[in-house]
Amino acid sequence: MTMPSLLSVPRITRRAGKVWHRNMVVFIRTWQVNFFPPLVEALLYLFAIGLGIGSYVHDINGIPYVNFIAPAILAIAVMNSAFFECTYGSYVRMYYQKSFDAMIATPLSIEDVIAGELLWGATRSVIYVIIMLPVLAAFGVISLPLALFVIPFGFLGGLMFAGIAMCFTAISPGIDTLNYPSFLFITPMALFSGTFFPLTLMPVFLQYIAFAILPLTHLVAIMRMFTLPSFSWLILVHFAWMVVVTAFFCLLSINLMRRRLIV
Amino acid sequence: MAVDGIRFEVRKGEIFGFLGPNGAGKTTTMKMITCVSPRTSGALRVLGLDPDKNPAEIKGRLGVVPQETNLDPDFTCFGNLFSYSRYFDIPQEEAAKKADELLAFVQLQEKRDVAVEKLSGGMKRRLILARALVNNPDLLILDEPTIGLDPQARHLIWEKLRSLQAQGNTIVMSTHYLDEAARLCDRLVIMDNGKILVEGAPADLVKQHVGHEMVEVGKSAEVIACLRDLGIPFEETGDAIQIATDSSREIARILLEKCKPEKFTTRPATLEDVFLKLTGRTLRE
Repeated sequence: MTMPSLLSVPRITRRAGKVWHRNMVVFIRTWQVNFFPPLVEALLYLFAIGLGIGSYVHDINGIPYVNFIAPAILAIAVMNSAFFECTYGSYVRMYYQKSFDAMIATPLSIEDVIAGELLWGATRSVIYVIIMLPVLAAFGVISLPLALFVIPFGFLGGLMFAGIAMCFTAISPGIDTLNYPSFLFITPMALFSGTFFPLTLMPVFLQYIAFAILPLTHLVAIMRMFTLPSFSWLILVHFAWMVVVTAFFCLLSINLMRRRLIV
Repeated sequence: MAVDGIRFEVRKGEIFGFLGPNGAGKTTTMKMITCVSPRTSGALRVLGLDPDKNPAEIKGRLGVVPQETNLDPDFTCFGNLFSYSRYFDIPQEEAAKKADELLAFVQLQEKRDVAVEKLSGGMKRRLILARALVNNPDLLILDEPTIGLDPQARHLIWEKLRSLQAQGNTIVMSTHYLDEAARLCDRLVIMDNGKILVEGAPADLVKQHVGHEMVEVGKSAEVIACLRDLGIPFEETGDAIQIATDSSREIARILLEKCKPEKFTTRPATLEDVFLKLTGRTLRE
């Protein structure tokens, strides 16, 4: 049997849904610890940055500062929930709990298992968005009903970060080395992706870099168009960028994981 | 290469064993049968199907007890069986009924709603055995099913495996415990360095490769010299000399008359003697 290349399209069946379902069951059973953090997170950002810094900044290009950062709060939640689920969460299930080994002793294939984990990571992002939306709406910092479109984009963004995260999980020698992508990639991205200040404040070459390689830039931009609302043709570029990157990393992660787990 | 040119066949209804030192290739062979590890070459049919082409179909009819405990810590005992059933497309009602039946079978009814971390090692192994049975498998694959268990727990597992065989199950197992293999296996292979050394029924292998009995003599230079003079083949181990024979009386008589040993014992030859003879006494990593 020849080893498939790293971007070959894996055969995924509907059984991936069973892995998703397992994670969903555990999530719902421990709902108290899962539903609380996004609520608190939304409030913390709103008060500390939105109202705190916002009382000095007032507005950005005519947009009230709290309204400007509201989509960033959502996008960062999407990024964090999918990324940490598919790094630390998946790593624990893979390495410490050996759950993947147990699953592939059944009709599930390793491709099904990883696809299920990715879908679950994206779902978790969507759940966080759905929990945060009413909070933001209550503070009047997003514009309904158009803002509801952040939900499907939350799923796409979640899948994108899940795929990226799973690639790190597949190549990480141990759970501690997952700290590197968290601090060197995720944390800077949360600050420099047009989240709390516009990209245009940065030197031009940094703007290009943010646009070219920081996935969060595109998610924040799309979400901001819907929550303000304020659209431009750039939405197509952002959307296309995310679709391509999502597909690339999801495929890559499944192939990397197969390489790691099938010996 | 983990295994090289191995050839074996398992018959319906038998318990078939894989024996061998660490690194012999037992687990690799198990992983190929369970459609986890690919082969570089050679033909393999599991339940008449090709693991490369029909992995899901094969795995749907297998029950696997892995070497490592991989129960789901997020679920109770019942939850582990129930959630595992879902992976086999077993309808919920049937799965719940089967889960309770299996908990009774492995004597864990009282732990039904207990988290798996709270179980002892023996209970966990029993629960894994139960989990391997949720889909009524046609073939049960066990990789060192009693590893690290106390004698009581091992006996209970053996009893369960025998009753499964009595119900018509086919069982393939690997083990390090030679008494376990001798008790349970109808036929077995001994592997080393990725190759199969011998194949057969435990009793036949003992007869063929060692003989009926073993005489163990305390080690001393005089006894060794004496045996050499008499031309009796023997093996030195640690502090003893072992003589394989078909007639321990005869050897005992000669020893007493000619060699004046300090002490000696006779015992039936075992699978362990065969194993050590074939794979040597060097420690494996």
